[in-house]
Amino acid sequence: MAVINHLLFNIEETAAVILFGVGFTILLLHRNLIKKILGMNIMDTATYLFLASKGYITGRAVPIVVDGGQEVSAYINPVPSGLVLTGIVVSVSTTALMLSLTIRLYERYHSLDLDEILILAKEEEQS
Amino acid sequence: MSLVQNFPFFSIILAMFSGILSSVLSGRKARNLSLAMIGITTLLSGATLAFCLRTGESYTYMMGHFPAPWGNEIRAGVLEGLTAVMFGVVMFLAVLGGLDHTAEDVEEKKLNLFYIMIDLMLSSLLALVYTNDLFTAYVFVEINTIAGCGLIMIRQKGRSMSAAIRYMIMSQIGSGLFLIGLSLLYDVTGHLLMSPAKESVEILAAAGDYRIPMLVIMAVISVGLAIKSGLYPFHYWIPDTYGYATPTASAVLSGLVSKGYIFLLVKIFYRVLGYDHVISSQMANVLYAFGVAGMVMGSVHAIQETDTRRMTAYSSVAQIGYIYMGIGLGTPSGMVAALFHIFTHSATKALLFISAVGLYEVSGDKKDFVSLRGAAYRNPLAGIGFAVGSLSMVGFPMLSGFISKLLFATSAQESPHKMLPTLFVLAVSTTLNAIYFLRLVITLYSRRRAEDDPIPEPVNAKSSWKLKLAILCFIGVNLVLGMASQPIVQAISDGLGMFD
Amino acid sequence: MSRRRDDYETSMAFRFLQWLNGESDTLSRNMEAREAIVRPEETFEAEAAQKKAYGEELSRLSAENADKRAVLRARGIRYFQRFYKVMSVILCIGIILVLLWTVAALPPTGGADNPANNEVAARYIEKGLQETGAVNIVTGMILDYRAFDTFGESCVLFIASCCVLVLLRLDADSKDESVRKMIAESDDRLFEPKNDVVLQKCACVLVPIILIFGIYIVLNGHLSPGGGFSGGAVLGSGLILYLNAYGYEKMSRMFTEKIYKRTTLCALTFYCLAKSYSFFTGANHLESGIPTGTPGAILSSGLILPLNICVGLVVACTMYVFYTLFRKGGM
Repeated sequence: MAVINHLLFNIEETAAVILFGVGFTILLLHRNLIKKILGMNIMDTATYLFLASKGYITGRAVPIVVDGGQEVSAYINPVPSGLVLTGIVVSVSTTALMLSLTIRLYERYHSLDLDEILILAKEEEQS
Repeated sequence: MSLVQNFPFFSIILAMFSGILSSVLSGRKARNLSLAMIGITTLLSGATLAFCLRTGESYTYMMGHFPAPWGNEIRAGVLEGLTAVMFGVVMFLAVLGGLDHTAEDVEEKKLNLFYIMIDLMLSSLLALVYTNDLFTAYVFVEINTIAGCGLIMIRQKGRSMSAAIRYMIMSQIGSGLFLIGLSLLYDVTGHLLMSPAKESVEILAAAGDYRIPMLVIMAVISVGLAIKSGLYPFHYWIPDTYGYATPTASAVLSGLVSKGYIFLLVKIFYRVLGYDHVISSQMANVLYAFGVAGMVMGSVHAIQETDTRRMTAYSSVAQIGYIYMGIGLGTPSGMVAALFHIFTHSATKALLFISAVGLYEVSGDKKDFVSLRGAAYRNPLAGIGFAVGSLSMVGFPMLSGFISKLLFATSAQESPHKMLPTLFVLAVSTTLNAIYFLRLVITLYSRRRAEDDPIPEPVNAKSSWKLKLAILCFIGVNLVLGMASQPIVQAISDGLGMFD
Repeated sequence: MSRRRDDYETSMAFRFLQWLNGESDTLSRNMEAREAIVRPEETFEAEAAQKKAYGEELSRLSAENADKRAVLRARGIRYFQRFYKVMSVILCIGIILVLLWTVAALPPTGGADNPANNEVAARYIEKGLQETGAVNIVTGMILDYRAFDTFGESCVLFIASCCVLVLLRLDADSKDESVRKMIAESDDRLFEPKNDVVLQKCACVLVPIILIFGIYIVLNGHLSPGGGFSGGAVLGSGLILYLNAYGYEKMSRMFTEKIYKRTTLCALTFYCLAKSYSFFTGANHLESGIPTGTPGAILSSGLILPLNICVGLVVACTMYVFYTLFRKGGM
């Protein structure tokens, strides 16, 4: 019971890891390339949600200094925010790369199904 | 601080800067710049190694005006310097040996983009070797992944592109696991730099706090990096990836990329999670089991292949199994053997991929066994190179593979429970290695039969001096690793000692 | 008494109205003047025929592939599908359970005493303003304390754009037959409404605002939420909107591949050199000699402002280039 209470209290992290699992599975096992890319984005975003919720401290403000006040007790932890910022750019880059690969593969094989693409590619080389 | 201590930083920045500069250069100039840059970074790494050997200790280097735990840091020691030198040498020879084929496989206007990938690949490998910060490691792992994907798909054939997307998917799964592992670790320790994180981990372990998260962190980070380096059950992207890329890319991917991740994993084990905790939490045993399975299954798959490049790629699966087995043995000497095998494998596998190019050239660009029959007579040097590489993989004395097998066997005796299975699997795997490699070598050196198809006119009958030079140098590296192994093994174990 | 304006034609109001109508440009009267496009009737017919042919080609190809797919299915891909479904449910539940088990043991969300809120975060907050000069502590952290990560991140963006260039750029003088065919097919202006008045009017009002907002975000990165990455993304979206409303021909007057390459090169080179200088001086315990200025002023916080501008330029160009490459394989 304590576990469930803790999970409900940490609702952001619970949601984040559930989303991570869903995204991970889609990326690994879905056959449609576009959905795989969506899964990858869900997985990455879940990690950012996790990080962001870890940086939050109840009742504190964003780490932008207002009126020279610099007490630690006034602001949330700035580190996870910076990590999320870096992570987002990385996931944008990989998404663009995977989408462009998908475009080229679709132009060549007229299919988005990875298994079909692999078989068609094999046949293409043998012929 | 002496000037030499700046060299690791210089080599990373130099590689990145030449990548950026190559975006406006022509393909030819980008190529020359890239070769010059790889040469200079190798020299810089060599100087760092010499410095660390002389002083006998490692040092950290602040990236900016703030010390740890606030600012980024890199760290150099004997092991880092040695690995960086090895990576530089292999990268240089792989690029040199594949030059002509790169020019053929890549569209002329996109040639400079190929060398951007090479430059940034080297910079990310160096950063993975030198980094002392976990998040820097994540960012450069991503650069490495994207550059690797670029190297695969730059040859715009259907199969290399489907291989690239497979590679990307598996790598993203690995990165995702690695990132969530980092986030969890940050949450329980509050540090991203390796040294302070290790202190927190030790305090937590002593107090017995956060046992479950630490176990999951260890598992998630290990599995993430294992997927990216192609450990056995996660290996299925390897054959396509290595088999259909342009030769330089195959050599670089098989010889260096997976090794960069393994080196990072070793570094994280020693410098963050604590190798003792890895052993006591059974994670080492899991890696050992996967490694042993990979050693056998990789070789079994390789025997079934008739395409030489795919065969060599499956042999990589087996060799990566060896490395993980060494890590999983749980003894310092096992780790030394694993690290030595990283060097062995990167030199040997790159030699195999590059010298195979010389054999395809004289066999009408065919890759199956039948067409390659007698190829070693048509291109003697490439034949010798391939034979040396194969013998080294099998474990022929005087060559580097022999030393790593010897090290694995002796280190296995130190761990009572794993001695018998290790020795048994080593024997089985060596036999299987011998079967498929020697079968190919014998095919290369047998006379063509009358009923064989006539050989098509070779595309460019004489392989260029660059390829020959690269093969000769690779053979030299192999001999050095095999004959002068004592100082290298000594340096590796000194370097491991500096990790704590 | 109200004065009658007899110089209405040179007044601001008239020029604004003209600009709004798309008849002329406010700055240089005739530079952007748009001729009314008179398209002869036959081009439309030709285009329609082309469209039809293209559609037929597509349906033929997909029919061909449907046959192939049927063959593949017969070869047992079905079993794989079922295997995939079972596996994915098991794997998904397994991973979620393991991670939930972990989360249950983690420190509570929002707690001030969590291990993550240690001396690292404390120093960023307490001394960040003095040490970096940036009011926005997150910007100060990523561009000064942990600048090496951020440089790596810009390189990720750079190398991803290189990879997309490799994949999608179509060279007009390529020797490959299939590439030329792709160029012919990729003329996608064929399939979209031409010179859409609604879109153009909206873009005409929105693009300047978006661009100015993007520049504001970039320049105020050290003072308020934002910075190079977010501002650059806004700038890039402004460029994409302009492209969609007015087409490639107009866009190529101000933004070509050459400009893209030079901007990226200059920005990244500056970034690389500036940060190398600061890393080098930092590691060797030298004074960098870059003033941090008065906190809160626009010209403050040392290298952060120029670095933000560089990052903004790189991101804006990369976003725009991603879009053009995805759409037609060139700029």
